Amino acid sequence: MIDQDRPDTPAMNDAARALRGAYVHIPFCGKVCPYCDFAVVEGAQDQFSRYISALEREISLEPPWGPLDAVHFGGGTPSVLAADVLGGVLGAISDEFGLAAGAEVALEANPEDWSPGYAQALTAAGFERVSFGVQSSDPEVLAALGRRHSPSDSLEAVAAARDAGFRSINVDLIYGTPGESLQSWQRSVATALEAEPDHLSTYALTVERGTPLSVAISNGAPSPDADLQADMYESVCEAAEGAGLVRYEVSNFARPGHASRYNLLTWAQGEYLGFGTGAHDHRSGRRTRNIRRLDAYLDKVESGTRPIAGDEEGGEWDSEVERLFLGLRRVSGVESGAGGEALMMSEWGKRLAAAGVLDRSGDRIRVARPLHTDEASRAVLALSQPDC
Amino acid sequence: MVDPPYNARPPVNIRNFCIIAHIDHGKSTLADRFLERTGAIADRDMRAQVLDTMDLERERGITIKAQTARLNYRAEDGTEYQLNLIDTPGHVDFTYEVSRSLEACEGAILLVDASQGVEAQTLANSYLAVEAGLEIIPVVNKIDLPAADVERASAELASVLGGDPADVLAISAKTGAGVDELLKAIIERLPEPQGDPAAPLRALIFDSYYDSFRGVVSHLRVFDGRLGTGDGVTFMATGQKGTADEIGVLTPTATPQASLGPGEVGYLISGVKDLGLVRVGDTVTSTARPASDALAGYAEPKPMVYSGLFPTEGDDFERLRDALEKLSLNDASLVYEPESSGALGFGFRCGFLGLLHMDIIRERLEREYDLDLVATAPSVAYRANTTKGEVVEIHSPKDLPQANLASIEEPYVAAMIITPQEYVGTVMELAQGRRGEQVSLDYLSPERVELRYRLPLAEVVFDFFDQLKSRSRGYASLDYEPHGYRVSNLAKVDVLLNNVAVDAFSAIVHKDKASDYGRTMVKRLRELIPRQMFDVPIQAAIGSRVIARETVKARRKDVTAKCYGGDITRKRKLLERQKEGKRRMKMVGQVEVPPEAFISALRVDTR
Repeated sequence: MIDQDRPDTPAMNDAARALRGAYVHIPFCGKVCPYCDFAVVEGAQDQFSRYISALEREISLEPPWGPLDAVHFGGGTPSVLAADVLGGVLGAISDEFGLAAGAEVALEANPEDWSPGYAQALTAAGFERVSFGVQSSDPEVLAALGRRHSPSDSLEAVAAARDAGFRSINVDLIYGTPGESLQSWQRSVATALEAEPDHLSTYALTVERGTPLSVAISNGAPSPDADLQADMYESVCEAAEGAGLVRYEVSNFARPGHASRYNLLTWAQGEYLGFGTGAHDHRSGRRTRNIRRLDAYLDKVESGTRPIAGDEEGGEWDSEVERLFLGLRRVSGVESGAGGEALMMSEWGKRLAAAGVLDRSGDRIRVARPLHTDEASRAVLALSQPDC
Repeated sequence: MVDPPYNARPPVNIRNFCIIAHIDHGKSTLADRFLERTGAIADRDMRAQVLDTMDLERERGITIKAQTARLNYRAEDGTEYQLNLIDTPGHVDFTYEVSRSLEACEGAILLVDASQGVEAQTLANSYLAVEAGLEIIPVVNKIDLPAADVERASAELASVLGGDPADVLAISAKTGAGVDELLKAIIERLPEPQGDPAAPLRALIFDSYYDSFRGVVSHLRVFDGRLGTGDGVTFMATGQKGTADEIGVLTPTATPQASLGPGEVGYLISGVKDLGLVRVGDTVTSTARPASDALAGYAEPKPMVYSGLFPTEGDDFERLRDALEKLSLNDASLVYEPESSGALGFGFRCGFLGLLHMDIIRERLEREYDLDLVATAPSVAYRANTTKGEVVEIHSPKDLPQANLASIEEPYVAAMIITPQEYVGTVMELAQGRRGEQVSLDYLSPERVELRYRLPLAEVVFDFFDQLKSRSRGYASLDYEPHGYRVSNLAKVDVLLNNVAVDAFSAIVHKDKASDYGRTMVKRLRELIPRQMFDVPIQAAIGSRVIARETVKARRKDVTAKCYGGDITRKRKLLERQKEGKRRMKMVGQVEVPPEAFISALRVDTR
């Protein structure tokens, strides 16, 4: 059902709540990008096999569940690992929980790691979706982002994935890198769209605390210009739509049938397991996060204990607030419900409606000006539980 | 009760006088020297003894102003004199209080620093003294200083008083040189007080303060009749009645007396607890045998300058109310009433005698009561004339009638500026820029010039004094007194944020200056208002006519790119923090305004 729909269909978006997912974190990178603040380690090839064993051990420690509708290998850079290694972890997951028929099995990859042979080995191992960290087709922007691939690597990677039989191919782009002009961005978008990806994710470069980018900016380097990023966002929305890609979340576009199920279930409060350093898990109303540091994670798992760093559990109202907070990032918005009613009645909500940010039609509430989604989220988080 | 020897003195041996001096010209030192020379306090113990006495008096609950004191003085011919040194407040805001103190005297010492020369306030007060019929003894002080120019200062004094430089005494209050000659001059040159001991009691209150143990303590000068301990007394202006629980003199120690007669100066504690009922300038008479007429010259204290005071923390409103209540116990001229502002919340509209008075009150509120306050720009009391012939006094721009407004009058002052001649040009430029009309320009000496102007008070209260000081490198001095009202070309300028007027920024200004004011305020606000979801116009307007405009452009992007993988918690926490920041915002015309924005915009003005 899901696979045929336009990605912004309310019914499909809401139904994703019933999907089951799993996330596998591969923290390794050939080189860590200066803007990244994920749980990552540079190099560390000598830790690969130990980490994979730990992942498999962690999978085995998980109580029975499944079958899974979506498995996502993220990072870090999963493509620094050999296809059979990734296949092995996927096999462990499949053995432990089972995969539903037509399950989405995705990995993130860097273009420079990619080759026709690698692509074929991955499809053979069961991967059917790939997300490439293309970021830009401007060599200067790529250099500023600390990326090591060339623009042509990206195009070749997409073609190789297509040839190897990947069902869905995503391209990730980053906009608003200091020094990147609107024209440069528009060329990057056009180049990416010429490769005819099934899915496009476009992220505004964000300065996260503690990253080398953040340090450079506090030492006087230029920071991203939010107004220019707004122009770039509007520009990519227009271009993607022209290329037949439908926006279904703030930053995500897909052709019908190619929405990311793993993303959809996340935004719909679906349940998922998380394996690896810093991975997150959402089961039975509880959100759990894993230890971020590699050595601590390894020690914990190797001692036969689940590597949990902390967890949170909210009440019914918290969950309702979360439903809006997550769901309003989607183009399909949310069913109004108790939270939506409270939002539209609140002073903050009324202001947002007056400013055209919140839009209500029928029983659905949507963010009509996606560039102001965070303000809508704050208004949601400011809601207090209505008295009954 | 210690009665004789004081009351045994006939009035003929009394001399009542004050010292008129600019700050730092040596008034306190001279007063100390008088105390010492007249034996009120022994030479070597003086400092310690005064302090001890003060402590003792504090325990008793009476605070003594050391400079009001009775001195016993034996002249060279052996005659005993009672010299009453009467303190005067030393600032332009307190002209009325000064005039009441002068009224209690027959003479004044005009004390001038030999290295500085005459200053405007000194001169203004000495003119007040001359008008009050006081005999003036011109004195040049600090002759021991290397920079002293006795001749020049003497010439200046003689020039302003129209006397002979030879009559100017030269002293050093610090070393004591010339002080004996000065005491002699007080006896010889100042007239003895006149008064009818048989007439009904009339005594002038020239100072009054609140003591938390004893209630109101008044300093007074008896003109007619006799005030005895235990007498019923009536304060004629307010009609308040009391009993003379304690009367006495300050030596400077408070020393109770059985009675005070004509010409004598002392204090009265009458059991009244409200300072507003025992006013400076009022006449004390006997309840049993009241005088038919009060002494002339009483006036209600009248605020000249108004400002809204608001706590920066809304929760502090009640504490501010308590603090104002307490301060007003001690300061009958402080008036206040609750005011609410859309921009600043709840506070008080306060009336002050002048800018210094305002600063003192603010500082005391902040220091003694630990309040953090913001003040709206000071405003004067305007008068609105309506087409129906009514006159409305305007203490706040929002009181200005919208309809039927015929004209607005503003208070003027007669200002005197004394400046070294090299700054005359820049001082005149300043005064003209403030709509001043020059009345006169006189050389006090080849180096120093006295300028007289008529100026709108509103122009004077708005940093005029600071400007004067900075243009003259601190040398020019200023004094002013009210000089009636005039119809002026005034308008109320409103500042609108997203088309809603922000009351705290409304101001009544001269039309020639309206667009300057408007431009300044809208620019300032543009810097302080964060970008919103839409363009926010900031306008200054007179009525519906916009005279200045700025726009805070809409915030374009307010979204983080990515809700990372499964990490919902972190994103949520970030937004929760931002949400808390936003909750502190005030909503004005659909615009989120950081609470400190209005405060910052106002602080630029008043600091």
